Amino acid sequence: MAGSNPNAKPMNLTLNVWRQPSRTAQGNMVKYQVKDISPEMSFLEMLDVLNEDLLHKGDDPVAFDHDCREGICGSCDLFINGRSHGPEKGTTTCQLHMRKFSDGDTITIEPWRANSFPINKDLSVDRSAFDRIIQAGGYVSVNTGGAPDGNEIPIPKDIADRAFEAATCIGCGACVAACKNASAMLFVSAKVSQLALLPQGDVERKTRVENMVAQMDKEGFGACSNIGSCAAECPVGISLENIAILNREFLSAKATSNNLA
Amino acid sequence: MSWISKTFSSSIGRKIVMSLTGLFLCTFLVVHLVGNLQLFKHDDGAAFNTYSHFMGTNPVIRTIEWGLVLGFGFHIYEALMLTRRNQTARPQRYVANHSEQNSEWTSRNMGILGSIILVFLIVHLYNFFWRARFGTLDPDINQNDDLYTLVVSSFKQWWYVLLYVAAQASLGYHLWHGFGSGFQTLGLNHRKYTPLIKAVGYGFAVVVSAGFAAMPLYFFLFTDAQGHLSSTVAPLVHSLTLALK
Repeated sequence: MAGSNPNAKPMNLTLNVWRQPSRTAQGNMVKYQVKDISPEMSFLEMLDVLNEDLLHKGDDPVAFDHDCREGICGSCDLFINGRSHGPEKGTTTCQLHMRKFSDGDTITIEPWRANSFPINKDLSVDRSAFDRIIQAGGYVSVNTGGAPDGNEIPIPKDIADRAFEAATCIGCGACVAACKNASAMLFVSAKVSQLALLPQGDVERKTRVENMVAQMDKEGFGACSNIGSCAAECPVGISLENIAILNREFLSAKATSNNLA
Repeated sequence: MSWISKTFSSSIGRKIVMSLTGLFLCTFLVVHLVGNLQLFKHDDGAAFNTYSHFMGTNPVIRTIEWGLVLGFGFHIYEALMLTRRNQTARPQRYVANHSEQNSEWTSRNMGILGSIILVFLIVHLYNFFWRARFGTLDPDINQNDDLYTLVVSSFKQWWYVLLYVAAQASLGYHLWHGFGSGFQTLGLNHRKYTPLIKAVGYGFAVVVSAGFAAMPLYFFLFTDAQGHLSSTVAPLVHSLTLALK
């Protein structure tokens, strides 16, 4: 199975994988051996090799989430050797390559663990809690009508850049997975600050932050302790500054909005 | 009024109370440390006893004291509520979790550090505050309660000194994360000022914890039972003073 690089020596690895048959079933760690893994494979391709082996043996393949495999969609969500998306900084699991590991390594692979992210099966988790938080206010309402001119609303370049940085969040959940408190504050703050920075988002900024934080709490995520593990593990580098913006937005909305409920 | 209770029972609301009380308690630490530096005066505790008499009887200080009680109370209460929420948020732990590779130890162990400080606080309040306020202490030369002698005799017991130094180390680590974290929770994060706030926080943590720890260590190591410099240290201090002159 060696790749196109003739110098890349294939590796044999031991995998320690979380297996859980269903949402309600009890799970446990199971050891597997994978052989002839090319260092040029991505982590997910290595798991594909494992699953082909398992299928040949007539065993149940390991369920894991993946979609684009280009590091954009935020579907792949594995906790590898005690880190969200594995040891490499600023990558998703699909962009983690086997050259980061050595022949003979044992790799521990677990799903994101949070009460708000129930495990569907094995390594696949249900992150619809994030969708419900976005539905609570992570959008800009647009009335129908003629398309406005592109430059009708001037936005300073540095503001547009900062909003864009926050908008790069792919919603993978690595922040929740890495956080000691399974807090979703970095995810929520990315959307809140992105839209609070822009004039288009300004219209709904108070109701947005109130509703999104209420939904976040309702989903059962933990509170932020400003530990910083979320930002350290974020594959796209969403910064802690966004959480400060979220706190500011929340405080000023609670103090000044007309919402008495 | 439901919006108020909803605000302060939300995760961010609780954190805001946590940071406001924490930063308020930091101001208390400054006052407490500066006042207690009078223990180092070589006057058999006259200045320290006058100061503690003032702190125990002045009506303004006695009123602020209730603020301090509330500050500690809310800080501890919110810590319990948040810890409970955070633990329910992850009922099943990871088999392997290398959080040391993405965060600082102090920030992940604020609860444990705070609990050590709480145990210390109970012992500390009973031994000094309770006895000074509700007990009977012998009068000193100025007819003030002689709290100084109680301090010196307490700091002659090794286990007491050990508890104090351990608690001050915990306080130092607690402040190391807590000071900057308080500002972040209030939304006071700016790329110009946050590095400064963090640096001040680290300095504050070291100075406060070292300052408080110096008191029991000084009396345990360098003084006799009356709080006078012991015969081994006195000549050294004397020659040092001369050299500095």
